[in-house]
Formats: sequence, C-alpha cells, structure tokens
Amino acid sequence: MSKYNLDYLDELEAEAIHILREVAGQFEKPALLFSGGKDSITLVRLAEKAFRPGKFPFPLVHIDTGHNFEETITYRDEMVERLGEKLIVGYVQESIDNGKVIEQKGKNASRNSLQTVTLLDTIAKHGFDACIGGARRDEEKARAKERIFSVRDEFGQWDPKRQRPELWNIYNGKIHKGENVRVFPISNWTELDVWNYIRREKMSLPSIYFAHNRDCITRNGQLMAASPFLNMDEADVVTHRKVRFRTVGDMSCTAAVESEADQIDDIINEISASKISERGARLDDKVSEAAMEDRKKGGYF
Amino acid sequence: MNILKFFTAGSVDDGKSTLIGRLLYDTGSILADQLEALQQSNRKNDDGTIDLAILTDGLRAEREQGITIDVAYKYFQTEKRKFIIADTPGHIQYTRNMVTGASTANLAIILVDARNGVVEQTIRHSYLVSLLGVSHVVICVNKMDMEGYSEEVFHKITENYRKMATKLNLQDITFIPVSALKGDNIVHTSEHMPWYKGTSLLGFLETVEVTVNQDLHYARMPVQWVIRPQTEALHDYRGYAGRILSGSFKVNDKVTVLPSGSSSVIDRIEVFDQNPDEVTAGMSVTLHLKDNIDISRGDVLVNSSYLPQRSQLIEADLCWMDNKPMDDSITYFLQHNSKLTKCKIREILHKVNINTLEKEETHEFKLNDIGRVVIKTADELAFDLYTENKANGSAILIDGRTNLTVGALMFRAVVE
Repeated sequence: MSKYNLDYLDELEAEAIHILREVAGQFEKPALLFSGGKDSITLVRLAEKAFRPGKFPFPLVHIDTGHNFEETITYRDEMVERLGEKLIVGYVQESIDNGKVIEQKGKNASRNSLQTVTLLDTIAKHGFDACIGGARRDEEKARAKERIFSVRDEFGQWDPKRQRPELWNIYNGKIHKGENVRVFPISNWTELDVWNYIRREKMSLPSIYFAHNRDCITRNGQLMAASPFLNMDEADVVTHRKVRFRTVGDMSCTAAVESEADQIDDIINEISASKISERGARLDDKVSEAAMEDRKKGGYF
Repeated sequence: MNILKFFTAGSVDDGKSTLIGRLLYDTGSILADQLEALQQSNRKNDDGTIDLAILTDGLRAEREQGITIDVAYKYFQTEKRKFIIADTPGHIQYTRNMVTGASTANLAIILVDARNGVVEQTIRHSYLVSLLGVSHVVICVNKMDMEGYSEEVFHKITENYRKMATKLNLQDITFIPVSALKGDNIVHTSEHMPWYKGTSLLGFLETVEVTVNQDLHYARMPVQWVIRPQTEALHDYRGYAGRILSGSFKVNDKVTVLPSGSSSVIDRIEVFDQNPDEVTAGMSVTLHLKDNIDISRGDVLVNSSYLPQRSQLIEADLCWMDNKPMDDSITYFLQHNSKLTKCKIREILHKVNINTLEKEETHEFKLNDIGRVVIKTADELAFDLYTENKANGSAILIDGRTNLTVGALMFRAVVE
C-alpha cells in the first residue's frame, strides 16, 4: 500500500462535497440556508465545486431579520446574480406583521430568536426536506454533539437523546413526512480552517469582516454597531472605532471586535493569536450555559 | 499538514474527559472566554483546581449526571498536525456510541486506571477497537500519580494487557504512563517518571503515521450524483460525481460499473476547474467515461482488473444500535455507501460476550449486542471484506418503521 495524504483543507473540502452530493442524492427538496456570513459563503463555494457545470440541486434560502448589515445584503444579491441560482427570502418582518411572533422589547431586544419561526414557516411553505447549514462543531458545546445529518421533528425540534448513530461516511437521510434534516457539511471545520480556505480559494466576503471605521456603543461589555435596530438611550455613548466582525448575524446581536486587520492575512494572524472564541462575540449564547442547546431543541439552527 | 482522527475509550472514572481537557488545555486550545466559563462553573476538583472534564461534557443531562452520553467532537491543532477527537462514553450501555466514534478513527486511546489495571471494560474497549479495525491503539495507563509513579505498576499492566491482546487482532499497540489530572506525559513529558523513555501522548499523536487505502486493487468510487447540465453548450456532458473510497483512478483506466457489469474507459477526470490525470482515495471528483452507458446513484465504478466481491448473501459482524431488538422476520433497509437496498437477517451465527470475548449461541440481538450474522440483500452488493477495505466493507441497517439507524455491519465473508 503506498502512502499518500491529502492536505487537511483538501480533506475537509472533499468531505463537505461528499456530504452536499449525498443531500442531492437522498432528498427530494433540499435547500441551502444562506446567511451572508463567511460559513454559508463557504458552503456556496463548496456547492459550486460539487455540482458545476450543472445547476445547484437546491435554492438558496435567506432568513432575513430585517436588521441586516447593508453590506451583507449587497453581497448576497451580487453573489446570486453571479451564480445564476435561485434565492428564496423569508422575512421575519412578515412573521411579526401577521402576528406569528412578537417583537422583543427593552434594551437587549433582538430578532435573533424570532427567526426560528420564520425559518420553520419557510421550510413548511416550500416543503423543504433538507436544509444545509454552515454550523460547525467547534463553535459551541451542544453543536459538538450534533450529527452531520441532524433530524428535526415536525416542530423543527432537535432531540439530542434520539440522535442516529452516524458511522463511517454513511449518512442516513430517511425521514417521515413532515420531518426534515439539517445538514452540516462543514461540521468538522474550525474557524481558522474556514479562513484558510477563504484565502486559498481567493473568495470575496462582505466588507464588514475587515477592519473599518464605525460608530459603536458598548453593551454588556461588548462592542455593538450603533444602528436604528438597537434600542439606544442617553446612557449609550457612541464612539468611533476601527472594528471588524467575526461572525455576521443580526445587527442587534452581533458584536464587533476592535481590529486593524483589513487584509485576510492579518485576520488569520489575529485569529491564530486570539484568546476569545468566535461565539464569545454572540450575545445570544451568553444567556446561560445551555443557551445553544435550548435554542436548537426549539428549532434554531 | 494532515488530520489525525482519534477517539478515546474509557469511563468518567478513568479520567477520560480530564485527559481530553488536559490535551486541549496544555496545547493552549482553550480560549479566554471558555476558560472564564469554566472557572465560573461550580464543579471543581478536590484541591480546588478547575475541572477540565467540563470542557467535553456538552449536553445538560450529561452535566447533571456527570457522565458522557453521546459522541462529542473536539478540534485542536499544533504546528505539526490537526486533530479531531471523538469523545465517546465508556459504559457498556453506550457501546453503540463507541462503535460510532471508532468507525472513523485512525487511532484509539484506551484508558486504564493504574490502580485497577486491565479490567473487564479494558477488554471490551479493546475488542471494539479490533472489531472496527482501528489502525493504532494507545494504552494510556492513567492516574500514575496515585500509584507513586511506579515503573513496576506500569510494567505489570503492560504485561497483562499484552497477554489479553493476543486474543485480539490489534495492529499497533503503544503504552504510555500518564496522569491526566496532573498533566504528566500528556503534552509535556513527566519529571516524575524518568524511567519512561518514550514520548508524551501528544508527541506520539503528532508523529504516528496516517495512511489511506491507496492500493490500486481497491479502486472504488460509488456514484452519488450524475451531473447533467443539459444546456446547449454542454448538451452531451455527463459527469459521474462521487468520492473515491479507496485506491486511485487514472485517465484511460478500464472501469466496470456494478452491479450492471458494463465497462468503459475513463475519458476525463474533473476536480472542479482542474483536469488531473490521476485521482486518489479521499478525493471528491467527477469522472467521464468514453462510452455512454446507463449509470445512476447507487452504482459503483471499480477498476476492471480488480473487481470486488459480489453477492446477495453475506456473512457480517453486526452491532445492534436500537432500543428495539433485532427482528429477523422483518425487512430492513441496508445502506452501503450510496447504495440503498433491502435486507433480511437470515441467520444469527453467534453473539460475542464483549466482556469475556466468548462466543455465545443466541436467538436475539438487543441494544449493544455484537455478533456474526448472515444477511440476504434484495440487490446484489459490490463490496470488499472489511479487513481488506473498510470503506467498501461496511454498511448500516435502517428500520423502515422508525427510519432510525439500527445496526452497523462489517462484511466478513461471502456465503457460497
């Protein structure tokens, strides 16, 4: 037997492509959940590698909280144009308008938790049986235990005690009507792997990932972009800072980090040296030790 | 830089979670905010130091009960290598979780408590490692601090283990005396055991060889998806997309499509925008053939000179993974790579008592039972024996009533 090794990025890429093709082969109506963040942008790149020169066997689906960074939406629309693939948008505003959810009140109000309802409604409306997402196991403790093919019941719930064993590289996508599967092709990637891949593939990203000047306020010890979506009052002091974002979610729950890194090499150096985890900049995970586990059980991504 | 996937076998009492926590902690893989959360937790060691085990106990039920009930994956890297750890529970009721963790691992770490030596659980874990064909085994004799870092204790355990292991088909065994709690020989070599001349656990993990099955005999690619753009410009484009399980394919290789048996020649290989002449195990690729033959998902492309086994009757080791016992009167689904077919259990040959390794006669297969069966599949399978080619010698059973994955199969022989 001759010895041969794939480089780790090649191996992670090949695994993710394999998973994407399993989704195409096993499901009737899959979708790729696209947030505009670097992980879902990576998924799109992997989908190109899995299916080109053919079309993607799924549309892109964006759950739009309405509290977006403008740069993300611009990026999304340009990307969809370039790809020539279909984009479906589910609006949280619509869920609010038709009374399915109620906007949170108070200083820490965010639409982050509301998007679960919009997501489940969008899945039901289009009959998606599999939703591909960019979650990674290194992000959080509950995610570290989730399968690559993660079955959700009719209510979108994840049951950590009823997870299917996932052996070798065989993925069981069999489900009952009404259930769907969340699929995580980059489960085994770390934040640094994603950045190294973005660099290797020379992918473009929304500009907010790179250091830029922005008005910020400090909330719960975190630096937040000043925006009409934050319930600000006199106590909030706006300062002008050079910042970048490590994850891109809702403007009301994604914190910035002060940074001079405006090139991808600088970002990779910064992350390699960093002592704060990526989700440390997400207020939604700070609520309790089991915050993510509870949200996933409720149907969150 | 490449990736080493390993899994850890042992129970909470052996300090398994502490060992993983120690590896992460001493390699600087734990970040400030995670450390802060750790320090704020109420769980502390007796001497007041932080309990590193919390790092891997992810789910609320596990934290409450202080046990690991599922496979958790952890990631870290050093300058030499990237590591993926499958942290699996050690108790007998979680055998299926360990089998799951072992199925993708290049290496297994088995923990032995220095105070207790080789016990029933050690035998069970070692059996599972040999059953799943994990290439390398490291026996970490843990809690050496509680045995005065005694060389004699370590050697006695080593000897006992070797004796026991003769009953098993383990490929490569390494012994390391450690204390996960104190950090001896995990990342840094221990000052307390100058008699030990080997490397630390991390030193071993960084240098152990990782190989993939590159043997040309086993050139196999299950077709996952057929790419057909059907545009004007690409009217005749027909690409067979899949991940190469084992071996390699070259342009002009003669290939056979199974189960149909028709054959052709590789015309072109695509890896996205590249057209390499040769592709090897582990790569996700698109193959083009010279002839237009009927190929769809579930078919496998193989090198025509080295055909796999073909049969509907197969002898296999089965690990049962469902709460509902196996029922030989019903039909299950069998998934073998991209191939899905139906299957019945024809015969139970024996069950293995995984604590004593004795073979037992049985009529039933319950959760966590492991043994040898004969299966009959609806369609002929094109497979290799697990010992020769794991990637094409394994399959899962799915219960059509619940859609759960209920069994893991390792093919051992063709039934004539």
